[in-house]
Amino acid sequence: MAKLTLEFEKPILELEQKIDEMRELSRVNGVDLIDEIQKLDEKLNKLVKKTYSNLNRWQRVQLARHPDRPYTLDYLDKMCSEFIEIHGDRHFADDKSIIAGFATIEKHKVVVIGHQKGRNIKENVYRNFGSPHPEGYRKALRAMKLAEKFNKPVISFIDTQGAYPGIGAEERGQAEAIARNLFEMSRLRTPILICVIGEGASGGALGIGVGDRNIVLENTWYSVISPEGCASILYRDAGKANIAAESMKVTAQDLYELGVADELVTEPDGSAHRNPDATAKKLKSAILRNLDELCAIPADELVRLRIEKYSKMGSWDEE
Amino acid sequence: MVDWFRRTKTGLLSTEKKVIPDGLWIKCPKCSEYLYKRELERNFWICTQCQYHFRISSSNYFTILIDGDYEEFNQKMKSNDPLKFKDSKRYSDRVKEAHAKTGLYDAVVTVEGDIDKHRVVLCVMDFNFVGGSMGSVVGEKISRAIDRAREKKLPLIIVSSSGGARMQEGVLSLMQMAKTSAKLAQFHGEGGFFISILTDPTTGGTTASFAMLGDIIIAEPGALIGFAGERVIKQTIGKDLPEGFQRAEFLLEKGFVDMIIGRSEIKKTIIKLLDFFNDKN
Ligand SMILES: [Zn+2]
Repeated sequence: MAKLTLEFEKPILELEQKIDEMRELSRVNGVDLIDEIQKLDEKLNKLVKKTYSNLNRWQRVQLARHPDRPYTLDYLDKMCSEFIEIHGDRHFADDKSIIAGFATIEKHKVVVIGHQKGRNIKENVYRNFGSPHPEGYRKALRAMKLAEKFNKPVISFIDTQGAYPGIGAEERGQAEAIARNLFEMSRLRTPILICVIGEGASGGALGIGVGDRNIVLENTWYSVISPEGCASILYRDAGKANIAAESMKVTAQDLYELGVADELVTEPDGSAHRNPDATAKKLKSAILRNLDELCAIPADELVRLRIEKYSKMGSWDEE
Repeated sequence: MVDWFRRTKTGLLSTEKKVIPDGLWIKCPKCSEYLYKRELERNFWICTQCQYHFRISSSNYFTILIDGDYEEFNQKMKSNDPLKFKDSKRYSDRVKEAHAKTGLYDAVVTVEGDIDKHRVVLCVMDFNFVGGSMGSVVGEKISRAIDRAREKKLPLIIVSSSGGARMQEGVLSLMQMAKTSAKLAQFHGEGGFFISILTDPTTGGTTASFAMLGDIIIAEPGALIGFAGERVIKQTIGKDLPEGFQRAEFLLEKGFVDMIIGRSEIKKTIIKLLDFFNDKN
């Protein structure tokens, strides 16, 4: 049972319930309803396909935030034969909203970093809703420096509603921590593969988001500010987030078209939260293919190409 | 991220009012004293009564730092509104209005000029142009300035005054943070010397990229410097913020800037730093 049914998913849920009831009826009363059930199953498949292939940007933002969507640790669990987590930035604290560690994916030994959200209130308090303090960025950097030293590629999973806006975060240099990571990631002498798996809000996402390839899952969003934040500034009304999402062009498809994403991975039957295992399998094969390619590039060339890639981003006119 | 717009709503000083108005007499926004404009100009736009540093235009900053003439490059690079963004106004109209108001094409001016005996590349952001926000043009101009400094082996100075990344260019604005930081990493790798000067205000994506990456970071007295906007922090934590929070003096205390230097002394300080570090010849 889903934790949350979005408005546009309701017809699917209703149909699913109807099919369940018929199955139950058939089982209990011994009535043969195979044909009817099969018809409804076909109808359901069509409805699912139609629903998830016709989403507007705001609906995709809602899917990116869906509480049943796999998070970083879920993907690690589904993809890796081994994961050893490390903790702390060696300066101040361990930030639980960013995880870091060493994983084995098939033949690759990789350093993994990623935002981590919680699934319920208790977990979210522990994970600070996936919103990092400076310590999270510094822990991630420490892991990346280890990757560089021992010649292991880095995979970074992006899923945050933003870096935490608080007094302690500012006191301990949120801006410096993010800036430092952008600087160091752009010249790290080992491959960095970015996977946007949910939300990508602003500098809080980019702070572990600079790399050689940027893979985006279909129902994700990534922008300079959240749609709510943009709406509350430009329209003085956070409720107009749907308009802001359209205006800012925040979806994976937009990112791909704007040259910010290198590869778009479609979600099985249109949604990761309904198909977590199949999604992880698809993402894993994209990760493995990219790792094979990136690991064949010498470090000097890799860094040169990475800086060149970011040099091209943006759009302007000149006389 | 761009919190310059929000600030006007919170009852704090409106940015519009803080920009230097025309006329002979100007009221200091901090101590409310009326100051004679010519005298204020001679005093580096610092209030003679309370030392408040007025927000000044990029051209004023060139006068303060550079000896004589300077050569501007990439002057006419301008936004082409990649998202065709529109809120109450079209973004393209917003840019046109900002151009009409300031004569600038975007929120940073990049030049090459002399400071004492040192040839330098200098970038000055201008808060009067869409809140000094960083979109593609700002990112690209700063990136090219960094490249020029690297290729010509010149020191780099960036004077920041910015509300953060520019919302109207969405994720492309965000990527300018990565781009400028990547260029600085390359510059750093080739031994380049970079002084970052933070003026009021330096916030959001500007702070979280090149502004915090100086070999030396200098802040102007009282400048607002931070990542998250005041209103967002207040909303999140549900408390008032301590006095002096996110001001230059707070950052010095917390260890994030090297020094606070008043505008009247800043050129002298920069010359000393250049004499020390830029002595390759
Ligand atoms: Zn005053």
